[in-house]
Order: sequence, then structure tokens, then C-alpha cells
Amino acid sequence: MTNKQTSLFRRKLHERTIKYFFFACAATSIVVLFFIAIFLFHEGVGVFRVVEITDFLSGRRWAPARVQPILGILPMLLGSLFVTVGAMIVAVPLGLSAAVYIAEIAPPKIKNPIKSAIELLAGIPSVVYGFIGLVFLVPWLQETFNLPTGFTALTGSLLLGVMAVPIIASISEDAIYAVPRDFREASYALGATKWQTITRAVLPASISGISAAIILGGMSRVIGETMTVLMVTGNAPIIPDSICSFLRPVRTMTASVALEMGEAAKGGIHYSALFAIGLVLFTITFLLNLIADFILHRYKEAQKR
Amino acid sequence: MSATMLTVKELNFYYSKTQVLRDVNIEIPGNEVTAIIGPSGCGKSSFLKALNRLYEIIPGARVTGEIIYNGGNLLSRDVDVVGLRKEIGMVFQRPNPFPKSIYANVAYGPRLHGVKRKELDRIVEESLRKAGLWDEVKDKLNKSGLDLSGGEQQRLCIARCLAVEPKIILMDEPCSALDPIATAKIEDLIYNLKQDYTVIIVTHNMQQAARVSDKTAVFLTGGKMVEYGETVKIFENPENKIVEDYITGKFG
Repeated sequence: MTNKQTSLFRRKLHERTIKYFFFACAATSIVVLFFIAIFLFHEGVGVFRVVEITDFLSGRRWAPARVQPILGILPMLLGSLFVTVGAMIVAVPLGLSAAVYIAEIAPPKIKNPIKSAIELLAGIPSVVYGFIGLVFLVPWLQETFNLPTGFTALTGSLLLGVMAVPIIASISEDAIYAVPRDFREASYALGATKWQTITRAVLPASISGISAAIILGGMSRVIGETMTVLMVTGNAPIIPDSICSFLRPVRTMTASVALEMGEAAKGGIHYSALFAIGLVLFTITFLLNLIADFILHRYKEAQKR
Repeated sequence: MSATMLTVKELNFYYSKTQVLRDVNIEIPGNEVTAIIGPSGCGKSSFLKALNRLYEIIPGARVTGEIIYNGGNLLSRDVDVVGLRKEIGMVFQRPNPFPKSIYANVAYGPRLHGVKRKELDRIVEESLRKAGLWDEVKDKLNKSGLDLSGGEQQRLCIARCLAVEPKIILMDEPCSALDPIATAKIEDLIYNLKQDYTVIIVTHNMQQAARVSDKTAVFLTGGKMVEYGETVKIFENPENKIVEDYITGKFG
């Protein structure tokens, strides 16, 4: 080979190596996801030899340590649902208002400090939220509502709600920011005030992005959050069945797994049941992500036209 | 000769430190079409944005001078901008219907200003008729405005503007994104609109200015207005040598 050919060959090899290296990095997450799914399934599926899947999901009692274990996760399923819905009631108005303020109202000088502060909020470890909740929120709620205990679903909802604000705010802000200036100009030129322009032109145009923010950033994060709920919700597997249940202890799916992992014998029914709970959580988050993806995709299509 | 609608006095326009309009003086007659022509960057669009105070939403933009409308200076601080923009509507360069139904697009303005639901249907139909779009869309008022073609979208934007019953319509290169057939339709429309409205149109297309306008103002780079008069005169016998060079295509 001539010199020229050698250097060309080397360059090609070099390019190719780089390409495969980055491919391998990108593929890692898919491989990991795949193995986690397989592992969860493999470890969790054993429980369904003892209990029907429908009974598992709708069973009202959870007593896994008995000789004849009773395996119904409805209390935890509803516990997670209550805490999540409560957290969304807190987080959506706060996060969305913050996003509107940052994207549409704040003068540049105030905008960046607020953005940084909200981002910092996302960086606080969940155990810190739990600790603060334990020390301040639990006693405060107990006194205010005159409750037997301050470890309630509401306590968890309030803390998780605050924790979900940063991500809802930042994804919503992106969605609002992506609304073309044309719409704003058109609205103002028709004699709209700033408030009318925000509520009637900008927010409707970014509604899909905002919904995705709420599903992805809010719900799917909150439902998987473990440490904070474990510390403040009391963890009693009582079925929450009315609005008053917010003022009683609940136990979420995540808290169950974390609490009982240590006491379940490896390979046993209890152990397998906890993995099955993991599988349920995985499925829920997966579905939520799918829905958010679908909404975002439609949104992009609509923006293209 | 129709009555003067707008009198612009010593208008200067700045983006932060850059000056885009210099001492512009112009009297715009009512119920006529006035064209503003000139090369890119001569401040034509900024001029329109001063007339309805839309420059206020652009950070760093400011103006000095006076624009007399209805006996008052519309640039003055105590003018109600919402009311002003109701009377001075605008159609933009790129068709920008909202991602809403055709009906909701036209009804957007009237709804803002608290028009009763019963009257909306009538206003929507009337505005779409005036914009020459009614027959094309009357059976699909609930479809998205974004499903229309470019030319139809622009006529929808004109209908949306007419729905708030303005007196003056500002048009910022309304045909620059359209094909020749759609352009011809809009030009016909502009010609008809001057019976009821005062139209000020910015265009970089000199033939268009010659076709649709009664008066023409020529702006040149640096933001100075160099000549203003009857369109026929500007195109056939301009006083200014630079204007003649510009119109005959020696630069642009």
C-alpha cells in the first residue's frame, strides 16, 4: 500500500471506532433496561403460582409473613395512587405557575435566579425532604388537624408535590418557550392583554407539552419515589377509600418493597411477591412514559404544519 | 382627497442603540391604500409596529416622535393600548393562524372584547365573507386553521383581523410567503378593503405596490423616508434620483 492509502485506511478505522464506541454507550441503557425487565419478571413471576394475578392486584389484605401468606396489594396500589394524586394537586398549579412566570412574565434579571433556585430544589436528596417532613410537617399536621398521628398520606403528598415542582416547571417552561412568537404577536395585535395572551393563545398552544411534563415529570417520578414516603406516611397497609384517607396513614408500593426486602427470605413467596410489586410499578411507569411520548409526538406533528 | 387618518411627526425608532427609523414625517389618508416600499433593513416593518405599538412587546425597542390619530398622540403614555389595537389591526408576513378551529380563530378577537355568543356567528360569517374565504370554509368551520393552504391561512388571518372591526389595517408583507395565485387573491381583497378601511401595506415587491396602492412611501436603508406621494407619480416620475434608481432596479 502507498502512504496515502495507509493514512486513508487509518482514518476510516478511526471514524469507525468512534462510531461503535458511541453506539455501545447508547446501547448500554437499552441493554440495562432489558435486563431489569427480565430480572423483575423472572424473580416476580413465581408468586403467581400461589395467587391469581387478579387476586394479587385486587386483594384487600397483605400478610406475606404468615405460614399461609395472604397476598393482596390493593392497599398499596391505592396508597400509591392517593399519594400521587395528592402530590399532583400540589405540584401542578405550583409548577405550571412557576413556568408561566419564568417564560412569560419575569424580567430577565429575576428570571435566571428563579430558574436556578428551582433547579436546586431538584437537587435536594429525597432523604432530606423526608427528614424535614418528619421534624416539621408531621407534628404540625397532627396538631392542626387534631389527628392521632401526623404520618399521613397528605404528609407524603405535600412533600412529593414540592419535589415534583422543579421538573414540571422546567419541562412546561420549555413547552411554553417553544410556542412561536407569531402567536403572541397575533394575539397582542388583536387587542389582547398579556394575561389573555397567556391563557388563550400561549397555554392552549403548549398544552401537549405541559401534559407530558405532568405525566413524565410529575406522576412517573412521584409514583416511584421511595425514601420520602417511607419516612412520613406511616406505612400502615390500610385501604384508603375516601377523601378522609388523606389524613390517615397509608403504605405505598415502593415503601412496601423497601421495608420488607430485608425480612423476606431469598427465593421464597414473600420475596417473589415483592418483585411482583416491582413489576407492577415498572409497568405503570412504562405506560405513563408511553402516554407522554404519544402526546409529545402528536404535539410535534401539529407544530410542523 | 380623503381626510387624513394618521399624521406621523418626527418618528424615530430604536432597537437598543441601533436606530432603524430617522425623523419620518408622513400623512396617511383614510380609505386609501398606502404602500411602504424599500430595501431590506430600511425600517418598513418597524414603522408598522410603531403604528399599533406592537414594538412594546420587543425588549429594547423604543420610539420618539408623535403619531396623531383621532386628535391625540397614540404614542402617548396614557393611551389605552388594547383599545388602540382594536382599531388598528395587523396582518403579518407569515400566516399565523392559532392552532385552533377556523371559527375560533376568527372569534378570538371578539371573544377577548366580550362580544356575546349570539353575535359571534354573525361576526365570524361576515368577517370570513369580507376576507373572501366564506365559501371555501363554511362547511368546515370546526377544522383547524392550520389545515388550510398558505393563501387560505393568510385570508383567515385577514378575517381574524376584520372581526374586531378595525379602522386601519396594517399589512406586513402579507404575500411574501404565498404563490402568485394566492397573492392575486389577496391583492384583489386589499383593493376591495379600502372602501371600508384604511390599509397600510409594507412590501418589497414593487409591482405589488404599483398594483394595489394609491400612495407610496419609499424608505431607504438607514431608516429615512425619501419620497412620498401618489403611487403613479412615484413610479412614473419620481423626484428623487435614488428613488428612480431603486424603482428601476439599479439596487435593492
